[in-house]
Amino acid sequence: MKRPGRTIAEIVTVLVAAVVAFPLYWMVLAAVKPADEIVSTNPRPWTLRPTADNFVHALTVQNFGRYLLNSVLVAVLVVVAGLLLAFLAATALTRFRFRSRTTLLVMLLVVQMVPVEALTVPLFFLMKSVGDVAPAFGLNHLGSLVLVHLAFSLPFAIWMLRGFVAAVPVELEEAATLDGASRFRFLWQVLFPLVAPGLVATSVLSFIHAWNDFLFAKTFLISGSDIQTLPLALQAFVKPDQNDWGAIMAGSTLMTIPVLVFFVLVQRRLVSGLAGAVKG
Amino acid sequence: MAFAYLAPTLLVLAGLLGYPIYQLVLISLYDYNQEQVSGNAPLNFLGLGNYQKLLSDKQFWTVLAQTVGFAAVCVAGTLLVGTALAVLATRVRAVPRTLLFLAALGAWATPAVAGSTIWLFLFDANFGLVNEVLSGIGLHGMAGFSWTYGQWTAFGLVAAQVIWCSFPFVMVTLYAGIRAIPGEVVEAAALDGASTTRIARSVILPLLRPLLLVVTIQSIIWDFKIFTQIYVMTNGGGIAGRNLVLNVYAYQQAFAASEYGLGASIGVVTTVLLLAITVVYLRVLKRSGEVL
Repeated sequence: MKRPGRTIAEIVTVLVAAVVAFPLYWMVLAAVKPADEIVSTNPRPWTLRPTADNFVHALTVQNFGRYLLNSVLVAVLVVVAGLLLAFLAATALTRFRFRSRTTLLVMLLVVQMVPVEALTVPLFFLMKSVGDVAPAFGLNHLGSLVLVHLAFSLPFAIWMLRGFVAAVPVELEEAATLDGASRFRFLWQVLFPLVAPGLVATSVLSFIHAWNDFLFAKTFLISGSDIQTLPLALQAFVKPDQNDWGAIMAGSTLMTIPVLVFFVLVQRRLVSGLAGAVKG
Repeated sequence: MAFAYLAPTLLVLAGLLGYPIYQLVLISLYDYNQEQVSGNAPLNFLGLGNYQKLLSDKQFWTVLAQTVGFAAVCVAGTLLVGTALAVLATRVRAVPRTLLFLAALGAWATPAVAGSTIWLFLFDANFGLVNEVLSGIGLHGMAGFSWTYGQWTAFGLVAAQVIWCSFPFVMVTLYAGIRAIPGEVVEAAALDGASTTRIARSVILPLLRPLLLVVTIQSIIWDFKIFTQIYVMTNGGGIAGRNLVLNVYAYQQAFAASEYGLGASIGVVTTVLLLAITVVYLRVLKRSGEVL
């Protein structure tokens, strides 16, 4: 079929792609530019003298290495704990028939609609009291962030995993039982590996949510600079004037790269999952 | 047995979602600020006092109007850009389309704080590329122009950033939707003599309507509760709070002014407004045949 105008459409597409990608390019570029080129009044869209100075400055002087570790710790704990809990809950909700099952399923849907941003005040006081009992999970400790993000990510994770657990034939469980596998063994050595693809997609989403969180980090981590997470440290970097843009862009790059890698890795699943979740 | 598997999840959800929701409503009924927290003053039950105070506060109405207006601009922009690019993507070959999708994926994946700082850098008054380019092409007034100072330029800048990172969801979803339309339907319409515009209006659009409604409502929900971008880019709500939106306002009332009761009541108002939107959302989902 002849398509007049397709060349124009393709040129426009490539131009739009360039515009959309440009902020990210500019970020990485500024992160590797030497300081004098960043404050130059004649910024060039390339650099002939790439340097790691900004990263070194961000990681050592600004303590970004520590914040990076903190963010990784929170996100990984959320993912691991979330996986275990969501897997067990999804198994219970698909493999067992009990009276309140439908009620629980509907509740899992409803709690996903709660705007968690509105819960900062009660959660702040909850974490304050948790801190009196278990300091590691209270205010000014990373545990508080693990707890809230675990709670926020569970309903969606369970909802997603349900389909994967249901797809494993019941006969497999019968066969495993006949072969003498205990319930525990079936759960972790048969079922768990089989639903792994589903676990990957939900883990990535939980990771990204915990990694990106700014509001709750800002609310819970109020004193002590060693316990900050990346988003918090990055925001503290930005001042109304006199910004060290090179270091800020190096920090932004450090924060963006892991998410970008995850996103590309699971994009097909993510896109089909999202499209599946909203298909008309 | 099932409950042994469910127990940890139920415990976490009840403790960290259920209980806080109850507490949110409870705190919003009290005069709860720094003295009460430190135990120097008795708790004072106000009933709906905080809500009365809120509804008679001129700033609350301004913030609410700003929130609605800001969300409206973001939603309209996101849908416009997302839809246009989804249609464009169906009309080009694989290579340009992949480039567009990769770029969009990058914008989508960028964490909100990082995305905000990048846009701040691009639009920085002194070292930002945008001002350099604008003054370079003859707009000399733009050298040193502060985009975040003025109320409307600041809102516009944040809206542009929000559209940049949220249009990919709309684009990808609608692209999948258009691709899912069976080719025979479009061919049949073409054989019957329908023009391209006619096919778009009378065949594709009705088939896409459920999907369009879903992405619209999803965008409304997201843009209504924006916090990070406004907070980072306008430094906590702008000069004298003129760039506040509801969530930032609630945060400032609670944690900057220590008016926890008032902050909680704003949280309740936001929740009720969003739940109303969600009810509409669920009805749309139900009508479009999604099974629970």
